[in-house]
Amino acid sequence: MTVSQLCESIGGKIIAAADASDNLIKGGYTCDFLSFVIGKAKSEDAWITVIGNVNTIAVASLADVGCIILAEDSPLDEDAKDKAEMVGIPVISSSKNSFELSVELGKLLGM
Amino acid sequence: MSLATYRFEVPGDDFTRAGEASGSLKRSLKKIGFDPDIIRRVSIAMYEAEINMVIHANGGVIDVEVSPQKIDIWFRDKGPGIPDIDLAMQEGYSTAPDNVRSLGFGAGMGLPNIKKYTDEMKIDTEIGVGTTVYISVYAK
Ligand SMILES: Nc1ncnc2c1ncn2[C@@H]1O[C@H](COP(=O)(O)OP(=O)(O)OP(=O)(O)O)[C@@H](O)[C@H]1O
Ligand SMILES: [Mg+2]
Repeated sequence: MTVSQLCESIGGKIIAAADASDNLIKGGYTCDFLSFVIGKAKSEDAWITVIGNVNTIAVASLADVGCIILAEDSPLDEDAKDKAEMVGIPVISSSKNSFELSVELGKLLGM
Repeated sequence: MSLATYRFEVPGDDFTRAGEASGSLKRSLKKIGFDPDIIRRVSIAMYEAEINMVIHANGGVIDVEVSPQKIDIWFRDKGPGIPDIDLAMQEGYSTAPDNVRSLGFGAGMGLPNIKKYTDEMKIDTEIGVGTTVYISVYAK
């Protein structure tokens, strides 16, 4: 599934790096601690979090995830948005919470 | 024989710039043509150590030496030092203050991640004087 298909299925909105919305998503990881994501998220995961600062983007790029999903309408800082555009990590915004998004993503992935 | 050396000054308590040094080295290693997996491991370890200098030690200096065989990096700070290295290396141990936890730091996974992604890691520390973290990633 691509990031844009995922975004449409969960009723979200791409708020940064829409250029990279054909990135593939094959799994997911849900956590707000950056060092967990660095150590455990896999490439082509959709990363679900409520933290939207520049370090979120740096970590997403290090872990090479396919996209970030910001749950609970969490804000994306202005410098984080710029960095997301620069490194090409799409960010989806959603009003749903991390649990709801994890369940929906799992269903979409046939888990 | 060294291919290149780099030095980065890391300012303390500036989270918006934290990660710049590791990002910059990542680009240099790409240009030199290292294997993507080696670059990924170096970038991850360097990011964690760089962030630790910002959060726990008010910044410091990073020296990098790149050779065809390996990438060596020294992180030197004049922070408070680490009282118990074995404890600090444990997954989940963190003294990160609340204000940085709200930014996503403080899982106590940084040092374990560095260990996991490097071939050599050594911490020299003295209370009240500072800490030097040395890491090496083999390039074969
Ligand atoms: N350069 C340093 N100077 C002083 N203390 C340090 C330094 N680096 C690490 N520490 C100590 O070691 C602890 C563990 O570090 P580690 O990187 O594993 O976790 P953390 O930085 O607290 O959280 P995380 O890295 O998961 O965001 C820190 O909380 C801190 O007490
Ligand atoms: Mg750390």
